[in-house]
Amino acid sequence: MEDHLTHTNPDTDLHAMGEMHEHPTWKQYKWVALILTILTVLEVWVYYTPLQNTPLFTPVLLILSVIKFAIVVMFYMHLKYDHRLFRALFTGPLAVAIITLISLLFLFGAFSVQRK
Amino acid sequence: MTTAAIPHAHPATTTGLDHRKVAIWTFIGSECMLFASLISTYLIYKGRSVVGPWPHDVCNPPVCAVHMKAILNIPVTSISTFVLLMSSLTMVLALAAVENRGKRGYEGLLGNSKLWLLSTAILGTTFLGFQAYEFTSFVHEGLTIRTNLFGSTFFTLTGFHGAHVTAGVLWLLTLFAIDVKRGLQPKDALLVDISALYWHFVDVVWVAIFTLVYLIH
Repeated sequence: MEDHLTHTNPDTDLHAMGEMHEHPTWKQYKWVALILTILTVLEVWVYYTPLQNTPLFTPVLLILSVIKFAIVVMFYMHLKYDHRLFRALFTGPLAVAIITLISLLFLFGAFSVQRK
Repeated sequence: MTTAAIPHAHPATTTGLDHRKVAIWTFIGSECMLFASLISTYLIYKGRSVVGPWPHDVCNPPVCAVHMKAILNIPVTSISTFVLLMSSLTMVLALAAVENRGKRGYEGLLGNSKLWLLSTAILGTTFLGFQAYEFTSFVHEGLTIRTNLFGSTFFTLTGFHGAHVTAGVLWLLTLFAIDVKRGLQPKDALLVDISALYWHFVDVVWVAIFTLVYLIH
């Protein structure tokens, strides 16, 4: 008797289940590490430049940080290649966390206090 | 883009996905909430300490009579940040070594999962060493968890992160012990994958802390 599973393509089934996912290669990991290192050096460099006395200082650092965060999550955590449920399980709570953080900062007047 | 396809076998589930992987992503999602609350507490109380030491330079002569020196050591923390970023690289290499064991191109150094797992654990421990140095020097300079709002929120936030790194190092050493004892095979890749996800999460949390706590003032 022929089993019904013999008619299916295991690779296709695994893809459908999100279990057959693709990971970057060693060379790509190496490039990712290099980019992360450059971004970290850039962050520290910005900290020691006259840019720190301008209104651009905080946005530049935040953008660099967000880029680093996204690169690690997409390539090292494989979220770019993984099942969309995993993406939802991470980005959903992350969005709630960021909204909560910003709301709390406004609520407690963190943007209006004289910094020390 | 050239990529390597990785099949993971597991018992049938309603989602079609391995429950362990769903669980770790759910856990990581909840951890986002935890660290967001700790970071927001730090940011809310930032600049509200009545007494020093303060995180950044607050006042220099001639504006103030006394120079209030910043306590945060950016060069040292930059090195520890780099160490943690490199540990993420060794972690993905450990996962790739286990997933591709026996495959072409993974016979030598690249396929040595023991080396990469141990390297990750050592880099994690080095990061903890930097943190221990930082905490000790702060205490010597008069900053404890009870000194002021900065001390309370800073030690709570970075202490929680350090505790997560410690848990990660223990997890990695456990995997290393398993690898030494019986050798991790491609069928065990999910075990390494789950620990890698946790480790990278600890790394991205530090990416946020480094910018929000150490660099932005």
